[in-house]
Amino acid sequence: MLRYYLQLAWRSLRSSRMLSVLMMLAVGLGIGASMTMLTVLHVMSADPLPQASAHLYVPQLDPRGMEGDAEDVKPPSQMSWPDAMNLLREHKGVQQAAMASGQVTVIPTSGASHAFSAQARFATADFFGMFHVPFLHGSGWTAADDQNQAQVAVIDRKLADKLYGADRAVGKLLHLGRNAYRIVGVIGDWNPTPHFYDINQGAYADAAGVFLPLQTAIALKQGWSGALECWGRFDFSQDMRQAPCVWLQYWVRLDTPAQVVAYRQYLVNYSRSQKETGRYQRPPNVGLHDLMGWLAYNHVIPGAVQMQTLLALGFLLVCLVNTMALLLVRFLRRSGELGVRRAMGATRGSVFAQLLAEAALLGGGGGAAGLALAWGGLWMVRQQPVAYASAAHLDLTMLIATICAAVVAAVLAAVFPAWRACQLQPARALKLQ
Amino acid sequence: MSLPPVVSALKHHKTTVALVILEIALACAIVTNAVFVIGHTLSTMRYDTGLDNRSLVVVTASDLDIGTSHRGTQASDLAALRGIAGVTSASVVNTLPLSNGFWATSLWRAPGDKSSTVNNVISYVATPGVMKTLGLKLASGRGFRPDEFVDYNMFKGDAPPSVAIVPKAFAESLWPGKNPLGQRLYLGQGGKYPVQVIGVVDHLLNASIDPAHGSERNFLLPVASVEGGRYVLRTDPAQRGRVIAAARKALLAIDPARMVKARAYTDIVQAYFHDDRSVIWLLVAVVACLLAVSALGVVGLSSFWVQQRTRQIGIRRAVGARQRDILGYFHAENLLIVSVGALLGAAGAVLLNLWLMKHYELPRLSLGYLPVGAVLLCVLGQLSVLGPAWRASRVPPVVATRGS
Repeated sequence: MLRYYLQLAWRSLRSSRMLSVLMMLAVGLGIGASMTMLTVLHVMSADPLPQASAHLYVPQLDPRGMEGDAEDVKPPSQMSWPDAMNLLREHKGVQQAAMASGQVTVIPTSGASHAFSAQARFATADFFGMFHVPFLHGSGWTAADDQNQAQVAVIDRKLADKLYGADRAVGKLLHLGRNAYRIVGVIGDWNPTPHFYDINQGAYADAAGVFLPLQTAIALKQGWSGALECWGRFDFSQDMRQAPCVWLQYWVRLDTPAQVVAYRQYLVNYSRSQKETGRYQRPPNVGLHDLMGWLAYNHVIPGAVQMQTLLALGFLLVCLVNTMALLLVRFLRRSGELGVRRAMGATRGSVFAQLLAEAALLGGGGGAAGLALAWGGLWMVRQQPVAYASAAHLDLTMLIATICAAVVAAVLAAVFPAWRACQLQPARALKLQ
Repeated sequence: MSLPPVVSALKHHKTTVALVILEIALACAIVTNAVFVIGHTLSTMRYDTGLDNRSLVVVTASDLDIGTSHRGTQASDLAALRGIAGVTSASVVNTLPLSNGFWATSLWRAPGDKSSTVNNVISYVATPGVMKTLGLKLASGRGFRPDEFVDYNMFKGDAPPSVAIVPKAFAESLWPGKNPLGQRLYLGQGGKYPVQVIGVVDHLLNASIDPAHGSERNFLLPVASVEGGRYVLRTDPAQRGRVIAAARKALLAIDPARMVKARAYTDIVQAYFHDDRSVIWLLVAVVACLLAVSALGVVGLSSFWVQQRTRQIGIRRAVGARQRDILGYFHAENLLIVSVGALLGAAGAVLLNLWLMKHYELPRLSLGYLPVGAVLLCVLGQLSVLGPAWRASRVPPVVATRGS
């Protein structure tokens, strides 16, 4: 039966080629625009570290004084140096790392005149294991290296290639300003998107090319950069380790729900003990977010992208209403033909189904047009120098979703016009001929 | 040509007409808001920085931190930069309008009075020659005197310079209706340091324009030197390319162990508005697609109606209607439908804008945009009906006599 309907539909589409193509174009435009934006949204809200994200948590503490924004009840999103060091030492998670972002000046062996600056991440040893950073050569450093402020470094393949060649870099020296570090590892491509572990760098920032032990980098006064929130008196020439500021990111791995509950309690207990010693002024005010929760908490998806998606969906709506009006016209125009079919014994249901099949065919054509448009749209998105652009690709899910969405949309739009066309009395329809 | 027959004819197509009106209304609501956002973004891009954008070259030099002596002092750098042929003046600033990096602070209108604080004010500091170099235009008051440029490190909580220049719009918001010259603003903890306003400039745009910092909420302080500052050179726009190359060379000649970056200020402004430009293109594309789809709908519908009414048209022609009466009929019908849709769309545009304002940082729709969307769609409707109406007008009167 369906085959017969599709045959009829095909014939009808061919009999009014111009109108059919126009309708497919209209559906295709709406679907193409919506799918482009939905793909961008899909990419931007993707899980940056699917294999580990469920067990990664951000603890929050509130070491701020009572003055200033006392009404600001959310604990800061970053951590102060003393708190980060205490939490690291007490080691209550499965793995944990404190980190900060930095800017370093790389002096290549060819001399200072070829110096260039590079993004750096200062982190403690668990960073690499906890975040599943893939090593091509060598490995990360150890907790002992952190403690001893060892001058070691991990670099990415791109920098290694530039300096020594990726396979020869381990064991060589990396000169950053006046300091030299021994390269212990070279990592492969690793750039989780969004840049979840330090959202202040821009949620779609690139990963750093140089990794240094946090304690070493801060002790050697490597250029630190990033967002900081301070309270009380603070002087920029002061040692960051004593500053009344939060400026470090802190992540912890917790494998079981029981560990999560225990860790939250630990944060409360820790805050209480800090208040007893007089370091904290506020009552315990803690937070513990898992990775995806943290992204939501920080609203990482830009408002502009949400608005563009909304715009695309609004556009799709217009296209659908347009399709509905055109389908109505199209079906009513064929009332004579439909009247004949009804008079020959076709039920209302089968005429209805025939009309929906025609709409589905139109939708399929529209979907193909939409796919071409979405492909072109995403190509244009990728040409933009925005950070998330490179990730905007049409994957298989989105490909199938596009065609399905187009067919479903066209069929939905056809329900009302088809129903109307079925209401015509066969006798009246024949008389109109 | 009277409307009543047009209206009564439409009574036979209630559903179709309702659908077309709905489509036009939706399109109108979206197009109006899109055009509004385009207009708003364009007006932001046209903000006057207050500077002679085209005459400026910005140079930054960063130390390599390799422990060599600091041969490149700010004074020697400046002297070398001023010596470049084509550079008429030079100054050091902490940041410039639309350069993104900035230091924001709170100021007090009355010392100790917490209710008088104004937060998120961008502070500019600059060394001698700043007014001439940047090309700032004084609206009233005077520029800085040489003795007013003092040592000041804003990060150390030092006492700030005692005088400042503010942009006109900010002065007006601080002291509405009063002469800002001689007024005092207070900086530092508790507003303990008074700073007197000695000059008001027509414009001085913020380093970043955003809801928190506004667009011209800043002040300019005279300082002797700026740690980590950037050099600004004034030159003839035609000579910028040469000056950029020469500036790089001059600074590296003083101390090769550093990174020097020089570029035209207009490039910085361009980069600042990059996202806005892509938003504009996106919206233009969407508006174009929306209009195309609406036009498709109108063409399809009118063609159908023309076809359906061929006999009636023949009869009208047979009883004396001229070709242009038929043409007029279809245009009038189209105008009726589209303008009802556009009116509904205008109301929808206001509602859509209110909803967007609630969820996103979008200003209120200025009512001037409402007719823009409506007229756009009406014109489009008239253009799309042109073809079908013309075909209708060519229907020969003889059709009336043919049976169907």
